[in-house]
Amino acid sequence: MLRALFSRLLQTLLVLAVVSVAAFWFLKLAPGDPVSLMLGAEYSPAAAARLTHELGLDRPWPQQYLHWLGGFVRGDWGTSYISHSDIFRQAVYEALPITLTLSALSLLMALLIGIPAGMVAALRRGGPVDWVVSSVAVLGSAMPSFYLGIVLVWVFGVGLGWFPTLGFVRPWEDFADGMHHLALPAITLGAYYAGLIAITTRSSLIDVMGHSFIAAARARGEPMWRVVCVHAMRNVLMPLTTVIGLQLGGLLRGAVMTEVVFAIPGLGMLITTAVLNREYGVVQAGIMLTALFFVLVNLLVDQTYQWLDPRLRRR
Amino acid sequence: MTLEQLSPAAAASAAAPSPAVRRPHRWWRPILRERSAVVGMVIVGAFALMALFAPWLATHDPTLQDFSVALQPPGADHWLGTDSFGQDLYSRLLYGARFALGIGVGSVALGLAGGLLVGLTAGLVGGRVEWALMRVVDAILAFPEVILAIAFVAVLGMGVDKLVYALAVSFVGPFARIVRSDVLQVKSLPFIEAATLMGVPRLRIVLRHLLPHVASSLLVQAGIRISTAILLESGLSFFGLGVVPPTPDWGLMIAEGRGFIAMAWWISTWPGVALALLLVGLTLLGDGLRNALAPKSQGG
Repeated sequence: MLRALFSRLLQTLLVLAVVSVAAFWFLKLAPGDPVSLMLGAEYSPAAAARLTHELGLDRPWPQQYLHWLGGFVRGDWGTSYISHSDIFRQAVYEALPITLTLSALSLLMALLIGIPAGMVAALRRGGPVDWVVSSVAVLGSAMPSFYLGIVLVWVFGVGLGWFPTLGFVRPWEDFADGMHHLALPAITLGAYYAGLIAITTRSSLIDVMGHSFIAAARARGEPMWRVVCVHAMRNVLMPLTTVIGLQLGGLLRGAVMTEVVFAIPGLGMLITTAVLNREYGVVQAGIMLTALFFVLVNLLVDQTYQWLDPRLRRR
Repeated sequence: MTLEQLSPAAAASAAAPSPAVRRPHRWWRPILRERSAVVGMVIVGAFALMALFAPWLATHDPTLQDFSVALQPPGADHWLGTDSFGQDLYSRLLYGARFALGIGVGSVALGLAGGLLVGLTAGLVGGRVEWALMRVVDAILAFPEVILAIAFVAVLGMGVDKLVYALAVSFVGPFARIVRSDVLQVKSLPFIEAATLMGVPRLRIVLRHLLPHVASSLLVQAGIRISTAILLESGLSFFGLGVVPPTPDWGLMIAEGRGFIAMAWWISTWPGVALALLLVGLTLLGDGLRNALAPKSQGG
């Protein structure tokens, strides 16, 4: 097992190396010359040549890449042309925790809604409850987050006035107010996952309930709740983890869209505004950071399988 | 390689798991038995017809701006109302179906072609080539598709064609991985070995024997990806990173109507409902197809 983990880690490092080369080339391919962008109005051929040399842009690209990678690893990600703030601080200390909070909150909500809804639908298969749950789940998972967000703001923010429509408060500064502001975005983002989780729970539970060990457990006289919650649900956790793991890209896609709709200053917002402002250094940092995060979470999800299903450990 | 060449054989392999039995006339039966597939097909079909006949169904030029009729509620002249530029929403909605489906199908088709090329090469050649190709695919897959698409839009610029390329690139990775794993599975089956031993040329084995077996699971995947592509396309356009105004794109229309939602709800509601409906239809169709054609295929 340790050996498998080691080879997996090695493979991950390799992927990250390729990812870093791609991110490095992204900045080279991006339109516009960084030197003239940085100099702005103070542009002169002499100043440009000096800055090119200072930035090391006249050196061969493998050297430039290593220089950039070295800086990246040490947290030296450059400064933003527009706000003149440190990109590392901006991305890692300010934007990333916000995106993580939003995603975690949505996922938690989706699990709390999706699993019970899926269970009820599976146990009342074919009935009206099943029909309602299945329809809402499909709608929830297919609805574009950015449009759902607009509708929710309109109904619950403007119409009913239950939630603030604008602004963002960091939950670690003022927890209650922060949660109040995050509620609508979390519902928006969570709807996608809640639908997906409900659908997966329903279909896997129906599948599992047909197995003979369920009939055996019931024949032993075990109460229904125990049969479902202990015997059956344990086997539903695997496909559920698979779906959640596979759809992490979907969570991030939704997070980006939700952040833009609600003007939440997370990673998605950072990257999107950076593209619009042609701040490719910030875009590059955002790309690297999300890829890094994505790869690590995928690694984690893979390891979770072995923890969830003891049968996989002996391989 | 055209789809016509692929589909009969693909369908046969789907209807009958055993490759020896060919029943080309009954392949649609399992699909019609899936209720969600039928509902999805009806919804998607309706949108496809809207897209196809948009020029005949439309009452106005979708990009004609007329400020004298700006922000009109739905009525006799403008069936679904007008936006802040006085553009007719009904006509824009129809043409919007063209952009949504066109960009969705186009980018998935391009991504599928790329993935097929990479996956086939990796699966068939093997060795170092496979190793290197799959590491590149791993790296592409390390980027969430939305980030990849945004990055490519940043490099390529905006517009319909560039959006298609950006989305296509983000789909090459997943398709390549699926094709490769399918190829590896099929490659070891006895009938491929038999064909090789009989001296059938390699390319012919790939085209006639291998591809049809991979095709059904691939088509299901493609169907599912189209909804992702449309979601991304409209999302990027909504951010202002996709197509440029005044293109009648649903994402763009939702973004335009957002500021007017309190006084002119209709501007963003129609494209929003259309988009949600199309995505629901595609999801139902994709799930139904998966259940009917490839019951135990790769999830997601």
